[in-house]
Amino acid sequence: MAQVDGFLVPFGPVAEAQRTELIWTTAITMIAILPVLVGTPLILWWFRRGNTKATYRPQWHFDTKLEILMWGGPTLIIIALSIWLTQAVFRLDPYREIDAEMAQGMNFEITGAPVAIEVVGLDWKWLFIYPEEGIASVGEMVIPVGRPATMRLTTDTVMQSFMAPGLAGQIYTMAGMVTRLQMIAERPGTTVGENTQYNGTGFPAQRAPVRAVPPEDYARWLDNARDAPALDAETYAVLAHSGDVAKAREDLDRPGDGPLVFSLADPRLFDRIVARYRRGEPVEPEAQPGSPLYRPDRAPLPEVSR
Amino acid sequence: MIDLFGRLEWQELKLLEFFHDPSIDTAVASGAAWMTVVAAIAVIAWITWARRWAWLWNDWLTSVDHKKIGIMYMVIGFVMMARGVFEGVVMRAHQTTALDGGVLSNEHWAELFSTHGTVMIFFVAMPFITGFMNYLIPLQIGARDMAFPVLNQISLGLTATGAALTMISLVVGAFETGGWTAYPPFTGADFDPGPGPDYWVWAIALSGFGSMFSGLNFAVTIYKMRAPGMHFLRMPVFTWTALCTSILLVFALPPLTVACLMQALDRLAGFHFFTNDLGGNMMNYANLFWMFGHPEVYILVLPAYGIFSELTSMFAAKRLYGYTSLVIATMSISVISFCVWLHHFFTMGNSATINAAFGIATGIIAIPTGVKVYVWMATLWGGRIRFTAPMVYMTGFFILFVIGGLSGIILANPAINWQVHNTQFIVAHFHNVLLPGLIFGIFAGVHIWFPKAFGFRLDERAGKITAWLWIVGFCFTFLPLYFLGLMGYPRRSAAFDNPEFLPYMIVCMLGALMLMAAFAGLFVTLWVSIRKRDELAVPLGDPWDGRTLEWATSAPPPPWNFAMIPHIGERDAFAREKADGRPYVTPEYYEDVHLPPNTSAGLIAMVATTAFGFAMTWWIWWLAVASVLGFILWYVVHSFREHPEVTIPAVEVERHHAAWVEAATLNEGVTRDDETNSRNRGRAATDMVVAS
Ligand code: HEM
Ligand SMILES: [Cu+2]
Repeated sequence: MAQVDGFLVPFGPVAEAQRTELIWTTAITMIAILPVLVGTPLILWWFRRGNTKATYRPQWHFDTKLEILMWGGPTLIIIALSIWLTQAVFRLDPYREIDAEMAQGMNFEITGAPVAIEVVGLDWKWLFIYPEEGIASVGEMVIPVGRPATMRLTTDTVMQSFMAPGLAGQIYTMAGMVTRLQMIAERPGTTVGENTQYNGTGFPAQRAPVRAVPPEDYARWLDNARDAPALDAETYAVLAHSGDVAKAREDLDRPGDGPLVFSLADPRLFDRIVARYRRGEPVEPEAQPGSPLYRPDRAPLPEVSR
Repeated sequence: MIDLFGRLEWQELKLLEFFHDPSIDTAVASGAAWMTVVAAIAVIAWITWARRWAWLWNDWLTSVDHKKIGIMYMVIGFVMMARGVFEGVVMRAHQTTALDGGVLSNEHWAELFSTHGTVMIFFVAMPFITGFMNYLIPLQIGARDMAFPVLNQISLGLTATGAALTMISLVVGAFETGGWTAYPPFTGADFDPGPGPDYWVWAIALSGFGSMFSGLNFAVTIYKMRAPGMHFLRMPVFTWTALCTSILLVFALPPLTVACLMQALDRLAGFHFFTNDLGGNMMNYANLFWMFGHPEVYILVLPAYGIFSELTSMFAAKRLYGYTSLVIATMSISVISFCVWLHHFFTMGNSATINAAFGIATGIIAIPTGVKVYVWMATLWGGRIRFTAPMVYMTGFFILFVIGGLSGIILANPAINWQVHNTQFIVAHFHNVLLPGLIFGIFAGVHIWFPKAFGFRLDERAGKITAWLWIVGFCFTFLPLYFLGLMGYPRRSAAFDNPEFLPYMIVCMLGALMLMAAFAGLFVTLWVSIRKRDELAVPLGDPWDGRTLEWATSAPPPPWNFAMIPHIGERDAFAREKADGRPYVTPEYYEDVHLPPNTSAGLIAMVATTAFGFAMTWWIWWLAVASVLGFILWYVVHSFREHPEVTIPAVEVERHHAAWVEAATLNEGVTRDDETNSRNRGRAATDMVVAS
């Protein structure tokens, strides 16, 4: 299937920066651990009991210079790593939208307006809503090369974690809450949008390709989706039921295989899903997709005002 | 009408599952259930056949001797480890076949990683370190027992309760499937009403009380019961690490117990602490769990550091380098370990400032850890190193543990963590610190102190082969997972779809088989050693030219440990006595020794709490009430009974001690060249040319 070589083969600047972090952190830390890796065998060999040439110093137990080195060396390394780490955390913060300033600092190009994507974690599939485009997709996320994807994420079941390793790291999704993630692709490519937080038997199936495509292909994909059947509240209630994408196709009577696309009937669907858990009244298991007791007809989504 | 069995029904018996629906999957499930039952019956039958019940009852189960309790903890650890290792190997076998599927069902796979993790952390690692601390603390500080011997037995009982509940879940019902962390809402009643999470909650909550009591007991013992003259800075390093671990136990276990009980309230009483609705918030659980969880890793690894400290100086025949540095490092690790818990969820949407702060805190904790490794290297430097079995473990530890440290530093950087969190990289990392760090330390320690506990050494050759098997097996099983993780393969996955992963899986599988052989190797070593026990006997008690007080007793030590409470003039007291040529002296007079009497408190606690946990899991309310009331009643009655102390008359103390001193004095001792052959009877002709 898709490219799953993760962030070691990035095609976006965020994942690329993360790979750089990995390389440098490893290299700097090596300063501290190489002496152990090399020194231990040598010491064990030279100071073996049978070696009469080695000096035996049974009472040697302190050396100021050595102490300074022992404490000072790691301290300096950690200071260096901390500075390095702080910069990276602020630069790559998943809540910080990818803008011109970031593009300049990290030396990549933004060629268009951001694409808003709303991600809903379901058991065991991802629903990607493109509210501004009026479409939705299940089991596949498509973004145009060169335009930042600015994502809001939640789940309509237990906690999950969304990651598209070739483009960016992961963020948890939690019911009734919205988290954020940003990514941008520099060139076309495919990675896997995977859930990394165990959420039941279908867990290994919850892997949706994330494709970065040229703008023309993206436009064509959108057009195609706009012609697809609508995702309204009733369809959503069925879609949210436990099962992978194939099961969803069956339930919705949409034969075929692979990802599903919809035209979006309600641009506020995402907010309504979040609001389900924030009404200040109990949500029965029958109304919680992902519960074994879930009944689509008993799980109306609340209305939200703008 | 009272519902006699709560929600328990006959179908929950896993023994029959296979016969209803034969498949590889149910064969494994039913097989494990049968194995548990058959093993239990076999043990009972053997005890009966060998007429060992009285011995078991009087000498072990009701004993409050810290040495016996320590050994019983180790037994629990090894029994549970058999299960854990077996599950690990089954999981590896499954994943090898898991390209687009796998031999086991996904449900069963989830149960496996959850029980494996829970068992390994709570019922293998914890009993191991608690066992070591139990055995060694009083001996190392020159005390006769713990501060609270009965409480000590109750702690053991509560740990056994937890282990028992996880074993019962193999036969009746099913265990939880949300991993050893049991994150809600997945484990909440809305998503998993079944008995699994309840088993987890009660096993962890009840055994958690036991661990906390152990911590209190050890800390008080170390504060209050040190022999005269043993200042804090004269304590052996193992005791120092034990003290720090005890403090951590006291402060870290409560958040876990509370989190478990909150889950129980959610599940049983309709509370909304961690549910999706009504303001429940799983982030609170994550915080509570890791406020325990991070200190926990230091709870586990600090005593192992203590063992490595003792063994480097012992087998390098040399004073420990940088004692003060080690103590400072241990103390600072304990404190900082409470300030880093958030690194377990950098991915929860925290602000950049918070992520950076906890990333840096995590880096800081690596400084004292690094210092420790350098201190051990400096201890080896200038020594006369004997490459015994414990040293093999130590070599593996040095090389592999720093690799675990490297992956730890990598994980401490949130920007990288976002990519490798929840992947196989994490699996590789924590096995990398737990096996070489903790488990190797424990096994090295077993080699060193087994002769103290049982009076004969373990076979050196079998021990070394086993140690090498552990090291090589570890590398094969876990190092490839780092690469799978970097390629983005999530942990806890029952299947994969990328054929490129297959070769890695096969290598891991081979490694797992080696680890299984290594585990068996432990028992082969034991078996061989028991057969050769006369040849390996070291009754005089000091087979390794030890430096600390516990070596200045016979092997095994008498129940009262020391004929006279020693007076301590400096660090490494016994080494000094030997260097000065005046070990094994008889005191001018002997005194009666008073010891606490046997009690069945621990067993009663175990039976009552196991019944309670089982009852709460299956909603058998009458049993829950009865077990609590019964325990309280027993306790009240018990406290009104008299508890006569056992008095060992001075003459008997003298007889035992004088005989040992005489034997030791008559034996001219062996140099370290004869350490591992049958000339070694436990009297060391010390190797240390001591200048003062
Ligand atoms: C001896 C051989 C061992 C083998 C073959 C083994 C294998 C495994 C495997 C295959 C997993 C599941 C990984 C996944 O989630 O994809 C796992 C998880 C785990 N193991 Fe081990 N392991 C071994 C020893 C240990 C030891 C000694 C400890 C601790 C002292 C340990 C602690 C854990 C924990 C805490 C988990 C996580 C469970 C979870 O996901 O909640 N393991 N192990
Ligand atoms: Cu931690």
